[in-house]
Amino acid sequence: MTDATALPDGPVIKGRLSRDDVIMRLGMVVIAIYLVATMVLPLWAMLSKSFSTFKFDLSGYEIQVSDEAGSFEGTILTPAELNAELGVLELGDLDAGSDSRMGLTQFFPDFSFRSPVMYRVRNTTDAGRFLVGSELKTGTEWIELDSNTFRRVQMRPVKSTGLGNFVSYFSTPALFNSIKNSLMIAVISTVITVTLAFWFAYALNRSCMRFKGAFRLVAMAPILVPSLLPGIALVYLFGNQGMIKELLFGASIYGPIGIVIGSVFFTFPHAFIIISTALAISDARLYEAAVSLRSTPWRTFWTVTIPGARYGLISAAFVVFNLVITDFGLPKVIGGQFNVLAVDIYKQVIGQQNFEMGAVVSVVLVVPAILAFAIDRLVQSKQVALLSARSVPYQPTTNRKADNIFLGYCVLVAVFIVGMLAVCQFAALIKFWPYDLSFSLKNYEFDRMDGGGWGSYFNSIKLALLTAVIGTCVIFFGAYLVEKSNGFKTGRAIFQMFAMLPMAIPGMVLGLAYIFFFNNPANPLNFIYGTMAILVICTVTHFYTVSHLTAVTALKQMDREFESVSASLKQPTMKLFSRVTVPVCMPAILDISIYLFVNAMTTVSAVVFLYSPKTTLASIAVLNMDDAGDIAPAAAMGMMIFYTNAAARIIHLILSKGVLTRTQAWRTR
Amino acid sequence: MKLTKTWAAPLFASVLAATAAQAETELTVYTAIEAEDLARYAETFNAHHPDIKVNWVRDSTGVVTAKLLAERDNPQADVVWGLAATSLLLLKSEGMLEPYAPAGVEMLDPKFVDAGDTPTWVGMDAWVASVCYNTIEAEKAGLTPPTSWKDLTNEMYKGHVIMPNPNSSGTGFLDVSSWLQMFGEEGGWEYMDALHENIARYTHSGSKPCKLAAAGEIPIGVSFAFRGAKSKADGAPLEIIVPSEGVGWDMEATAIVAGTDDLEAAQKLVDFTVTKEAMEMYNSGYAVVAMPGVAKPVKFFPEGLLDAMIANDFEFAANNRASILEEWQKRYDGKSEPKG
Repeated sequence: MTDATALPDGPVIKGRLSRDDVIMRLGMVVIAIYLVATMVLPLWAMLSKSFSTFKFDLSGYEIQVSDEAGSFEGTILTPAELNAELGVLELGDLDAGSDSRMGLTQFFPDFSFRSPVMYRVRNTTDAGRFLVGSELKTGTEWIELDSNTFRRVQMRPVKSTGLGNFVSYFSTPALFNSIKNSLMIAVISTVITVTLAFWFAYALNRSCMRFKGAFRLVAMAPILVPSLLPGIALVYLFGNQGMIKELLFGASIYGPIGIVIGSVFFTFPHAFIIISTALAISDARLYEAAVSLRSTPWRTFWTVTIPGARYGLISAAFVVFNLVITDFGLPKVIGGQFNVLAVDIYKQVIGQQNFEMGAVVSVVLVVPAILAFAIDRLVQSKQVALLSARSVPYQPTTNRKADNIFLGYCVLVAVFIVGMLAVCQFAALIKFWPYDLSFSLKNYEFDRMDGGGWGSYFNSIKLALLTAVIGTCVIFFGAYLVEKSNGFKTGRAIFQMFAMLPMAIPGMVLGLAYIFFFNNPANPLNFIYGTMAILVICTVTHFYTVSHLTAVTALKQMDREFESVSASLKQPTMKLFSRVTVPVCMPAILDISIYLFVNAMTTVSAVVFLYSPKTTLASIAVLNMDDAGDIAPAAAMGMMIFYTNAAARIIHLILSKGVLTRTQAWRTR
Repeated sequence: MKLTKTWAAPLFASVLAATAAQAETELTVYTAIEAEDLARYAETFNAHHPDIKVNWVRDSTGVVTAKLLAERDNPQADVVWGLAATSLLLLKSEGMLEPYAPAGVEMLDPKFVDAGDTPTWVGMDAWVASVCYNTIEAEKAGLTPPTSWKDLTNEMYKGHVIMPNPNSSGTGFLDVSSWLQMFGEEGGWEYMDALHENIARYTHSGSKPCKLAAAGEIPIGVSFAFRGAKSKADGAPLEIIVPSEGVGWDMEATAIVAGTDDLEAAQKLVDFTVTKEAMEMYNSGYAVVAMPGVAKPVKFFPEGLLDAMIANDFEFAANNRASILEEWQKRYDGKSEPKG
């Protein structure tokens, strides 16, 4: 030992970069730059926007008052001096929004619009702005006005930087109440969804009831529709003209109740998949031990089943929480006067054109989303293998009574899910609910409504296809590079971090960030603003993380020996990639593409700020038609999305079968 | 080789077609006109100028205004055809509009033309507030029809009224600004305090209250006359009420966006928007148009609407917009729970 420490350090041995290594690193850098340009920089632009404030600069103007004969000989005044003298305004009064205006007459206590006195006004700097009536005046030229016109002079605020927006956010109850509302809705929905999904998954994995396959299909259906659709269904069910509104006992569906029911609907499949995976594998030996220790089933449930599924439950809870708190479509449709953060962003930006405040709300919304995401990742990293080589897989045994109870429960959940979709389809076919109940296809004449007509439907399909193809290529290739390249540890770690970030960024925030970043004429990427390209990029980035994780998981299953072997055979890595890696990972690649396709069809939040006349989308059309009060056509379009996604799923299934028999033959002997 | 040839021919043809399409002028036109009117307007215009293609960007007033303001430094639109004058005043005060006096502007009612030396915008038609009243649902709830704005604050209507949120709807804002002008600043807010007690909820768009009333979701929707007339024509059991104090209005107007690539085509379009033919075209939906003497009565439009229109001070509305909306939000938007 002592000898070894006494020896001088030898030269550090560094492997030479092969051509393949260079190519892979270059590829990684390219995709990393893509992520920086489509996520990090826009978010940065948004963050800086939230600190950009507007203030009235009272020293930015000069005013001179003439005598009654109209000759200007008096001193030149600035509103700042006048204010210091008169104390009309306090410091806080000078904070403004981008659209604020402030008159000048308040600084002249003896002002009369009938007086023959003339006024001269000018900006002291080139950046100064004021209005005469609605005419914008810039530049430092004196402008002479009679007193009747002088009262129409309005100062415009100038840009500055500071925490002013955050201060005014937290001092406006109408705004910061939404934090409480959003958290409350998210927590309640999470508890209900996770509980419902747990028992559903439990029934499917741990009982011997019948029709499991059908229930599994039904449980996945909500993934195929935009989150607005359950809102529309709820209007028809529980609205003032609702079919079964009596069930609410007079409570209004417009508000927290509606948001919670709808949220449970659209987050159910997400929770179900995660919990089902957690419940699918379990060690039968633990249950045998419980039985031999004479534990009651109840005790076994709490000491064996729940601990076994705890990571799944925690993960499901945070995923649902994140989905609900960042969802925009549902509260927009059914939220009534109940304000939540995601809708506030929309209202600030679209309704009030207050982009700065929209950025502030976005920053506020990102906090819980990132927190939930970080905790989830932390818990996941603690997870250890549950199933060892010696485990015996658990097989449920028949228990007629319990099976029947589970069957009944699953039927209830299935009725809830199918019922919501059926109501939408029914409503879409009714001529004029509730006064004319005859069937008609009138609601499918989308070209007569807001939202872009049938064109938007085909745009959506185009977007979904492009997103699926381009997204799968970029994401899978990126995952391959980061997973299989040698060395370059820091670079790979940074890349991983970038790839995880999109999951934590709410769609609304991403969309808004894109406006700030891409609609800046100084940005060389400005030309993609308003095109299909920006929608594709935004959607790929928005759904990057889950696809990336799917790809990484599939790639991890492939031993790194493949790379070593191909290297020793002097085969280029790209050949290995196309001839071995891609075929082996085909199931994962197909999963990624269908995931991207379905989400591109249903997404609203990220693209609502980015679509243009040529790129209106079906999901946005649902939103806009509902907004205009055309609820039945909105339901019709929503169901079109559902059928399209269902068809895509079926094609995906057939394709998978065909491709898998060709590429996965090696899996079976 | 053969394969490439069969591929190349259609490709070449499509390239040719693409260049041919570019030869005609295209104008990007931002608008808040009702979706169902767009195609008709463009067709009528194209009958005179077949070489100018109109690419509509349609959205609600708030969205279109937001889009235009967001694109301030890099305007995408060439022309704004059919946006609230209040919004155009906002754009004007940002210096975003190109002043232009279209041929024949002197034929218009001066009320409908921007007051500058060279007008920056010209009006098309007026868009008047009204109350949509569902007779069937009102009878079920035992209501009697209101005749004035003040009536709507009656205890009887509690939870039976829906109006648009002025923060996201142009119609909502014209209601609020008209109440402030009619009842005075203090009286206006007092009125809205009382009305708020009866409001079931505020919607994002201005047409939704009337469509909700048409669908029986609510007996009374504060909306605009045009929407009510359309829904009534569709067979909804609606009565369109013009409150006796007078009604707020805004006009749809047209302007050229400063910095457009094709000023000449834009001017041709704006010239067309003030012709008699254009006015007749607007008249099929709007009872009040900018050119005096053109308008014919529109079916289902309430009587006396013209006389009920208040003397709207657009400059007041534009210059106080930010502070009015802030005050409104402070008073009514924070109370989140709907009144049951």
